[in-house]
This record gives sequence, C-alpha cells and structure tokens, in this order.
Amino acid sequence: MNEIEILKRKATEIRMELLTMIYEAGTGHTGGSLSSTDILTVLYYHIMNVDPKNPKWEDRDRYVQSKGHSVEAYWAILADKGFFPKEELKTFSQFNTRLIGHPNNKVPGVEMNTGSLGHGLPIGVGMALAAKMDGKSYRVYTLMGDGEQAEGSVWEGAMAASHYKLDNLVAIIDRNRLQITGSTEDVMSLEPFADKWRAFGWEVVEVDGNDIEQLVEVMEGAPKAAGKPTLIVANTVKAKGISFAENVAKWHHHVPSKEEYQLAMEELSKQLEVLQ
Amino acid sequence: MSIVALKSAKGNKIANRQAISEVLLDLAKENKDILVLTSDSRGSASLVNFGKELPEQIVEVGIAEQNLVGIASGLAASGKKPFVASPACFLSMRSIEQIKVDVAYSNTNVKLIGISGGVSYGALGMSHHSLQDLAVTRAIPGLDVMMPADRHEAKKMIEALVEYDRPVYLRIGRNPVEDSYVSEDYDFQIGKAVTMKEGTDITIIATGETVRIALDSAEALQIEGIDCRVINMHTIKPLDKEAILKAAEETGRIITIEEHSIYGGLGSAVAEVVSQGHPVPVKIIGLPDEPAIAGKTAEVFEYYGLSVDNVKKVAIQMVNKG
Repeated sequence: MNEIEILKRKATEIRMELLTMIYEAGTGHTGGSLSSTDILTVLYYHIMNVDPKNPKWEDRDRYVQSKGHSVEAYWAILADKGFFPKEELKTFSQFNTRLIGHPNNKVPGVEMNTGSLGHGLPIGVGMALAAKMDGKSYRVYTLMGDGEQAEGSVWEGAMAASHYKLDNLVAIIDRNRLQITGSTEDVMSLEPFADKWRAFGWEVVEVDGNDIEQLVEVMEGAPKAAGKPTLIVANTVKAKGISFAENVAKWHHHVPSKEEYQLAMEELSKQLEVLQ
Repeated sequence: MSIVALKSAKGNKIANRQAISEVLLDLAKENKDILVLTSDSRGSASLVNFGKELPEQIVEVGIAEQNLVGIASGLAASGKKPFVASPACFLSMRSIEQIKVDVAYSNTNVKLIGISGGVSYGALGMSHHSLQDLAVTRAIPGLDVMMPADRHEAKKMIEALVEYDRPVYLRIGRNPVEDSYVSEDYDFQIGKAVTMKEGTDITIIATGETVRIALDSAEALQIEGIDCRVINMHTIKPLDKEAILKAAEETGRIITIEEHSIYGGLGSAVAEVVSQGHPVPVKIIGLPDEPAIAGKTAEVFEYYGLSVDNVKKVAIQMVNKG
C-alpha cells in the first residue's frame, strides 16, 4: 500500500472514530468534522513536525484550529497519534472531561483554546512572527471555516500576515459552503473569495479538500511564495463520507440516530474495505 | 521614614505611561523576549522612544485591537513576553473576547496595559472613557487586574510583572499624577494591598489615581479628629481580602474610591468581601451609571465627588452615625 492509500485509510478510520464519539456522546459538530478530516489527516500524518512524546518541543510546527467547533476529528487524530490515550475518547463531552466540544490546551498537543470564531489567524500571526524573530524554521498552520470568514478579525489577521511577510504561515479554509443557517453564499456571500485573499496580499491556491492526493501535493508545496503567507482554499463537502448526510445543512451539528449511525458505519466500513 | 509622600512632595510631572515605558525599555534591553505591541498607540503610550531604540522588539498592529490581543497571545504561546499598550477604552471592550479566550482561558503570558484609562480623555466622550474595564476584566477567570497609584508604583509593578507568568490587565491614566509614595523603596507584592496610613476610626480603600485623594482626605480628617486608615488596593484581582476584613474589623466602616463606575469595580469587590466576611457599612465613591460629564480629569472628579471635600463629608457622616 502506498502512502496515499495509507492516508486515505487513516482518514476513513478517523471518520469512523469521530462519528462514534458523536453518536455515543449525543452531541457534536458532525458535518464540519467530516469535511475537514482529510485536511487534518494530511497535516498530522504527512506534513507537520510534531512529537507526541514531547508536545512542547520548541521546534514543532504549530497548528491552531480556528474553527474550534469541528473538534471531533482533531481529538480522534491526537489520540491516534499518541498525544493522549485513545481510551479517553470515550469521555468526549462527558462530565468533567478535558475533551470538551472545542480545542482545549489542557490536552497535550493543543496549542490554544479556541471556539470563538475569527481568533485563530491572529494567534497564528503571533506564532509565525515569533518564529521569524527567533530565526526558527517551524511552520504555523491554522484551519478556518468558511462561515467564519464573516468575522472581521479574520481580515485584521490577514492584513497583518501579509504586512509582516509571514511566509511561514499557512491558513487553510474548509470551504464546505454550508454554515448553520444554510449556504454561505445566502447567509453572507464570500465570492469572489480567493480574489479577496489575493487582494490582501496572500498567495492563494485552491484544492479539492477531500482529495488526499491533491492535499498532499499542495501542502508539500506550501508555503507557496517567499515573503507571502499562503492560503489554501480547500473545497470540501460537508459531512463528507456519509452519502445521506453530505451537503445537508442540518448535519452541521446533527447527531446521528441509531439507524443513521449504523448506516453510516456500514458505508465507511465499505470504503475501508476498498482501501484494503 | 514613611513611604507615603506628603502634600509638600507634590508637583510630579512624570506620567505613569512615561515611567512604564522607561522601565520597559531598560528591561527589554536585557531580555529580547520582552516585546511591546501597539495599535497605532505608541505615541499615547509614550513608546516612541522604545520603538526607536529597540525596533525589533515593538510590533505595530495598526488600529485593530482584536488582532492586537490575538497576535500577542500567539507570541506569548511561542515564548515571548508581550506587553500590549492600547487605550483602555478599546483594549478592554473591543478586544475583550480575545482577552477572555486567547489570553485568560488559554493562559498565555500576555500583559495588557490599558492606557489613558478612566476619564483621561475627559472631553472626548463615553466612547473614549473606560469606566467599566475593572468590572469586565475582574469577572474573567485567570486574569489579574491592577492599577498603580503613581509613577513609583507603576515602575515597581512592571518590574514585578516581567517575572510574573500570568495574564494581567493593568490600567493607567494619561496625565501625570501626584506621587503617593516618596520613592520606589517599599515592599510591593502583587495581590498584597499597601496600608499607606494606619487608622482606627474609618478606612478609605483606593486604587490608582484616587490613592492620592484618599491620602489627602485622611490628612484633612485628622484635623477633624478622625483617625483614618488608607489602603492602596493596587491589585484588584487577586484581591487582598485579608486587608479588607482586617480594616472592617478594626475600623468598623469603609469608604472606597475609584475612577470607575460604581458598578463592578473596587467598591463592588470590597463590598462582596465585607458583606460576606465581616459586615460593616461601606460607601462606594465612583462614577455614576451615566455617560460621564465632559471635562478635565480634576473637573470630572470634583463633579462626581471624587474629591477630598466629598470623601471628608462622607467619612464624617459615617463616623457620626456610630
């Protein structure tokens, strides 16, 4: 099995894990976790330099999940990487857990607490600036949602990143085109989206955000330009991987019923079989 | 020798922001991890010289206070010691969510300096007054809140904060304030109030620029035969409950005075402790729940009773009531 196939298989396993977490906890953000699973899989299993045994290693690459609500894929991956015991995933959203419904830096591997939208990019700018000041070569990655792009602080961060020529900063947009109310274009239109970022001084690249092969190629090549921050517009499908949930707005935070859960797990199992 | 400056020592022309900027420059020269961040506010924060001397250690963010605090938290998470200096009115309101989440909740070592606080921008209106900042910041878990009485304390506070690995909101005013201390030669500890004057009849608890008013009031009350204790509560959070309860027990009545709304600031904090620990009468002097009147700080203070005459009047009434 080549690496692409290994990553595809990993992403499918993560989808099964996160769906089980949400089903058992009776809460979660299903759609966004599923749309961003491939992005996170490529980041954590192929791109980023992190050490689960030494989560505070000073030369590690940094990841800030600005769309904090889609935390389930993140928890599943951190556990699988060994940042904390996999067994702990069962406590997701339970009383007194540290695996709450948003990233929480009490958990090894998590840099910052997020959950309020529009915060991740300015934080990432600070981290990337620190790397420049210290002459360090680590990179900073932040994942934002597309609904999140209505937050003004995103654009404050975008301006600063380009002003300070942060070519060690890579922002990724999980462009699944749906937010809680419906289409991003109906709620607050973003298009021409990539052009807006280019106008802010960013190097912009678009990719199929659910295509592992494309993600690997693009992320390996990012940052794309010297002296400029890079934005990856990852065009994704909300609730990717579960046919009856894909592109359905209510799956933003819909918890699957028993029947839906079983059907979904069957589908994902079949996907896994194909990858054997 | 007393640590307290007498009236005759008055005449200071150095603003707290100037004192802070000088000590920050000295410390930053020794430690390249000390950074200052400004939101087009280096002039107001007296940091122009810092920027000239240490251009690599000042980060200009432009007029974007949310970004200012977010970037500071990212720098702190990467081992830097950022000191953010921005007008208190914007820093404590515009970026309060970044302060709550990115700084306090994430526990990043960011020091937030609210400059030109209170009614420093007297005639500019409510948009530029910060009279709710203590209420808002002290309700955020994980964030300490401080106000220096004068330039000496401002300096000592910054020196202490450089070594203090916790998020802090610190508020200062714009203009020079009369000294409350004779020098920096006194024991300053974060979270430990300073008893500026002992007394047995009544206690005035003040913070920031009102400490000088409290001291002058105590002197005026001495002439009236009232022995007044003065406590400088430079740290509003964590609050020195012990000093408050001791004052309640030993003097039986308390006046608080602060350049802040009467809601949620020092007075509220003191009343919370006194009512639950040792109930005695408490009178809160501050600004009422209304857009503050226009004027210079002294004029606004006088109008709302942040004055020696009013404190004296209130104290006499409380003492006479028994």
